[in-house]
Amino acid sequence: VKDSMRGLAVFISDIRNCKSKEAEEKRINKELANIRSKFKGDKALDGYQKKKYVCKLLFIFLLGNDIDFGHMEAVNLLNSNKYTEKQIGYLFISVLISENNELMRLVQQNLKNDLASRNPVHVNLALECIANIGSKEMAEMFAPEIPKLLVMGDAGDTVKQSAALCLLKLFRTAPEMVPIGDWTSRVIHLLNDQHMGVVTAAVSLIEALVKRNPDDFKGCVSLSISRLARIVTSSYTDLQDYTYYFVPAPWLSVKLLRLLQNYPPPEDTTVRNRLAECLETILNKAVEPPKSKKVQHSNAKNAVLFEAISLIIHMDSDPSLLVRACSQLGQFLSNRETNLRYLALESMCLLATSEFSHDAVKRHQETVVTALKSERDVSVRQRAVDLLYAMCDRSNAEEIVGEMLTYLETADYSIRGELVLKIAILAEKYASDYTWYVDTILNLIRLAGDFVSEEVWYRVIQIVINREDVQAYAAKTVFEALEAPACHENMVKVGGYILGEFGNLIAGDARSSPSTQFQLLHGKFHLCSPPTRALLLSAYIKLVNLFPEIREDIIAVLESDANLRNSNVEIQQRASEYLSLARNSTQDVLATVLEEMPPFPERESSILAQLRKKKPAVEDAIRARGEKQQQRPASGAADGAAASAAPTAATPTSGGGGGVKLQGDIAGAESNTDSDLLGLDFGGSAPAAAAGGGGAGGGSVDLLSSILDVGVSSSSSSSAAPSAASGASAQRKTVVVGAGASGSIVGEENWHKFVCKNSGVLYENDILQVGVKCDYQQSSGRIVVYYGNKTPAPLAQFASVINLPDSSLTNQLGIQVKPVGDRVGASEQVNEVITVDCMAEFSACPLLNIRFVYSGVAQSITLKLPLTINKFMQSSEMDSATFFQHWKQLSQPEQECQKIFQAKFPMDAETTKTKILGFGFSLLSNIDSNPANFVGAGIVQTKSGNIGSLFRLEPNQQAQMYRLTVHSIKPGVSKRLCELLETQI
Amino acid sequence: MIGGLFVYNHKGEVLISRVYRDDIGRNAVDAFRVNVIHARQQVRSPVTNIAHTSFFHIKRSNIWICAAAKKNVNAALVFQFLYKMVEVMGNYFGKINEDNIKNNFVLIYELLDEIMDYGYPQNTDTGILKTYITQQGIKSQTKEETTKITNQVTGQIAWRREGIKYRRNELFLDVIESVNLLMSPQGQVLSAHVSGRVQMKSFLSGMPECKFGINDKIVVDSKRQEPGATSGGGNLGGGGKAGHIAIDDCQFHQCVKLSKFDTEHAISFIPPDGEFELMRYRTTKDISLPFRVIPLVREIGRTKMEVKVVVKSNFKPSLLAQKVEVRIPTPLNTSGVQVICMKGKARYKASDNAIVWKIKRMGGMKEWQLSAEIDMLSATDKAKKWTRPPISMNFEVPFAPSGFKVRYLKVFESKLNYSDHDVIKWVRYIGKSGLYETRC
Repeated sequence: VKDSMRGLAVFISDIRNCKSKEAEEKRINKELANIRSKFKGDKALDGYQKKKYVCKLLFIFLLGNDIDFGHMEAVNLLNSNKYTEKQIGYLFISVLISENNELMRLVQQNLKNDLASRNPVHVNLALECIANIGSKEMAEMFAPEIPKLLVMGDAGDTVKQSAALCLLKLFRTAPEMVPIGDWTSRVIHLLNDQHMGVVTAAVSLIEALVKRNPDDFKGCVSLSISRLARIVTSSYTDLQDYTYYFVPAPWLSVKLLRLLQNYPPPEDTTVRNRLAECLETILNKAVEPPKSKKVQHSNAKNAVLFEAISLIIHMDSDPSLLVRACSQLGQFLSNRETNLRYLALESMCLLATSEFSHDAVKRHQETVVTALKSERDVSVRQRAVDLLYAMCDRSNAEEIVGEMLTYLETADYSIRGELVLKIAILAEKYASDYTWYVDTILNLIRLAGDFVSEEVWYRVIQIVINREDVQAYAAKTVFEALEAPACHENMVKVGGYILGEFGNLIAGDARSSPSTQFQLLHGKFHLCSPPTRALLLSAYIKLVNLFPEIREDIIAVLESDANLRNSNVEIQQRASEYLSLARNSTQDVLATVLEEMPPFPERESSILAQLRKKKPAVEDAIRARGEKQQQRPASGAADGAAASAAPTAATPTSGGGGGVKLQGDIAGAESNTDSDLLGLDFGGSAPAAAAGGGGAGGGSVDLLSSILDVGVSSSSSSSAAPSAASGASAQRKTVVVGAGASGSIVGEENWHKFVCKNSGVLYENDILQVGVKCDYQQSSGRIVVYYGNKTPAPLAQFASVINLPDSSLTNQLGIQVKPVGDRVGASEQVNEVITVDCMAEFSACPLLNIRFVYSGVAQSITLKLPLTINKFMQSSEMDSATFFQHWKQLSQPEQECQKIFQAKFPMDAETTKTKILGFGFSLLSNIDSNPANFVGAGIVQTKSGNIGSLFRLEPNQQAQMYRLTVHSIKPGVSKRLCELLETQI
Repeated sequence: MIGGLFVYNHKGEVLISRVYRDDIGRNAVDAFRVNVIHARQQVRSPVTNIAHTSFFHIKRSNIWICAAAKKNVNAALVFQFLYKMVEVMGNYFGKINEDNIKNNFVLIYELLDEIMDYGYPQNTDTGILKTYITQQGIKSQTKEETTKITNQVTGQIAWRREGIKYRRNELFLDVIESVNLLMSPQGQVLSAHVSGRVQMKSFLSGMPECKFGINDKIVVDSKRQEPGATSGGGNLGGGGKAGHIAIDDCQFHQCVKLSKFDTEHAISFIPPDGEFELMRYRTTKDISLPFRVIPLVREIGRTKMEVKVVVKSNFKPSLLAQKVEVRIPTPLNTSGVQVICMKGKARYKASDNAIVWKIKRMGGMKEWQLSAEIDMLSATDKAKKWTRPPISMNFEVPFAPSGFKVRYLKVFESKLNYSDHDVIKWVRYIGKSGLYETRC
């Protein structure tokens, strides 16, 4: 028997000798015609010939030509008993026959026959073919069969090996087709198999299966550890066939180590010790002198080592191992091999997140910094930056940030953006001295202004405003920075903002006199983009307030056509608004409107969120470490955080309308880009700013008039204003508190439902559902708020804060909160219990502000807590005489509140009755002469005394109107009750 | 303007690279190789745009010749230049192939320096080039010779040097036409045109002025109005019913005085010495098709097909067509062919997927037939249907199918004393097949 197929060899060499594509095509055409004439069917072909021609067809196909015949012959080859013929047949089929070819049935029949064959070689060929085709159909047909082969006692090693790999392939194409059965447990025992090939194949399969349901395969942990132990401790002569350049079974070791990474460290101490021993041995081997100088040897050895290190990192439990791994990696940092350096840096980055090895990693700081400077490969430099970021803490922050800044000058453009973010975060996170922070950020803007995102400079302003001690320094520094002949637009923005706020702090110095400051800023004005110009205009008007002496200069600038008639609407509007403000207002008004910005509420830096978006994996690891560290020191850390967040949000601050305006400006500029500015939710503060203007409520269009309203403060809109001045201040106060409660109020509709009922869903969006259940007894109540996480991911840093929008509420309500944990797990529900004592009657509504981080994005929701005065009201029964007696007693003008309004719901007597009863009033019949009217009484119970209230509701069916009259001892109560009831009927 | 010229072999290795302008960098050489020569999909367009650079290429045997330009150049100019360049190189060292290019690379660079300057084409006339780019080593030229060359190259008649002398004044004139045809199976002409050229070889002394007359419709019409002028002689092939033809467009060698052609419709010129192409033209009307192919295809079931092809020659019986070849494409799943033909030799050529029928000679007004039976293998994939490419033909006939005729060719040389009668003139007509196809 000729086995060499001379014809094929000749054909291939002919093709190779072809000088041009055309010649090749001709030769192929000739060969195809020849094969066609052979396959015509008038002469019987023997197996050898068929095999030869099928081979040629295969070769022609692989050259890129279409083959549309010969399939039948290939399938015929499968019936042969000769290995080579069968093999070629299967090869042709797995390469050429498409899934939905009609010959597939025939092929499948053949595959079945071969799988059942006693000859292991045939079984193997069939398995290989199934895996190579690997279609869904194949999985459907054979996935139930193959596990049997896998665990069959008498099956040969090669069959087991192929079966495992074949099953793995089918599992990857169609996991649902692979049945779960008792074979799973037996598969684990393949790890004990004598044959290393079987073990290697089985580990791959088990790893895939483990991903599906880890619990079924728990047993594999101890088995794989003992297998690993045997490999690691064996000398390289023991596993002759599986020793690769003196490394025993490197692939198997790597796979085993990877498999173990699917499980937490084993609980059984003996097993655990054994694993630790293995890992130690691997680490030991790494230090040994190499047994060969060949690169394959070191590659194989390092592959095992790196996998071991990632397992050590994964377990994160053995400090000594972690430290050893770290020192081993440290050696690689100075290795000649670029890949090794890269991997070492990458693994170290993970090590730095473990608290045990963090210090060990820090020891290599110098090497890493050198790597950053001298490394030729940009990807390695990138890793070095990551590592520096990860190893940074309070002790080395200044040094690392300094190094990063020096590197920034020469860094590649591709990583500059990220580098800038990292520097900004580190500087902020570990800033002990805020002058240093300001210096760093300004340096950053100077060095890489283009890469400094909005968030970075927002953040520096936020911090400067919140820290009184650095304000003067910041003003001085930005002033100096602006003196440079060319400075980046971001620098101008920061400069404009800070000088506008704190320019007065450096005005004493002759070098930075008010007019110099203004000239300096205005010198940059023409070079800036419209948004920056708009910001500068705001800065100018602030300067008017700070330095009345340069008012005329600024008016001249505002008046110029370039601003007053700018084609940009924003600039035009600001110019005209500021102009009239500067011209017409008294110094008092200016001082009020343009007062210093109030401190920003502390929130998670949005820069961090941005970085996380860029590089989720590393950041998550680092954050996870942060959380871990937080949990360790004190269990009450979360409480502390919540408690500390509450006062900052609720503290009344002394910001002015102008401050609000400026804040609103940025919001206006940013709201279309949808970025969460400095973590402050400006979606909410824009309306707050508008509301600050005495409720003019027209958004930014009406801003000027509303600001002026604040200044002149006509008492028309304020509720109780004895004098204009105090009215203004009072109102400003409410405004500020209102602005402090950042976030727009949502779920207003649902809130109204709670006036008459006590449980239900208060708010719901895609992430969170907030349910409320409350019960009240006399003057105290208990509100249970349920937070349901609707997402499959946990909500981190979960905190809820009760805000009192009106400072008087603090005296009126006693609120105690039993807080929730800082985390709401996936699809979990937690509840928060709020106990409320009603001290006195109140009308404002407390706000519930919920904050959390979902998928890296900080979210904030502000809800109105369904806590209204009527909740503390108890219905009271009385006869007609008493009723009228009370009614008359309480008929002074301020005690009575009457409203005539359109019905909000269909005027159905029964529903109205239920609502009134739910509201808290009693319903008294036979009192009113008109039976259609509703009359009732209730007593609001507070700690400071009871407040009796009476009401009368007169429906007018024709006009669909109600007239509601409420009499009460306290004037505020009747008004509030009237308002509340009005919304319900 | 052209930024650079590159020559590659079939593997894409650069044989010649000449950059004329700074806007073409070194990477352009690789860009063309990667995107065109080694492209996964065969690039069929002769112009390829890669990274704002245009690459114009032609292929000669296995050699790729490519011009690169960053500017928006006139593509026709570039191709004309490339063809000229190929012609010049052919005249210098014969066939263009890898070995010849490698052996003559010094010469080629010298030529490239001469025929193009800063991306602008210069004199590409071989005759002139040969006066100063010689292949016989370095021969020190006297000062007079150099000035002579300079004077001549920059002079009014750059294509001919003075002082040429022949003992026998001879003139050869070839009219070479190629006929393109696409015919429907029913014998309807779908498209047909003739592109012809007049090739001349002159061995004339001095600075002779030649006048060339053809039977162009406009010329003839204008002549007819003059008294005494008669229309040209008899009809050779059968084309040109009225004895004159309508030329769609034509172009002349630079030696032809175009002003005279515009005003008098006379082709008057001082010929270069040796071989040159005097004119080129194209006609689409009244073409006498030398052959007619009548196909008859019958499919019997899925595995058998019968083909009958009749070839008719349609010209004077006295004329003899040569190198006649008919190509009948066969289906891609052909497994066997039996051919019967009375005349010529027919063979199934598997490498081309066609039956090739060769007839050495064929007289006019004849009708020969071939029949073939084709066996086919039933294909696994039934969706693909054979598209039946057209039957194509090759031939050579001794007349001009467009009806083009030389009416006269006169030579005047006033300074030397030989007259028109002393010049020996040879005129020859050759009609060749271009793309001569009949659908079946």
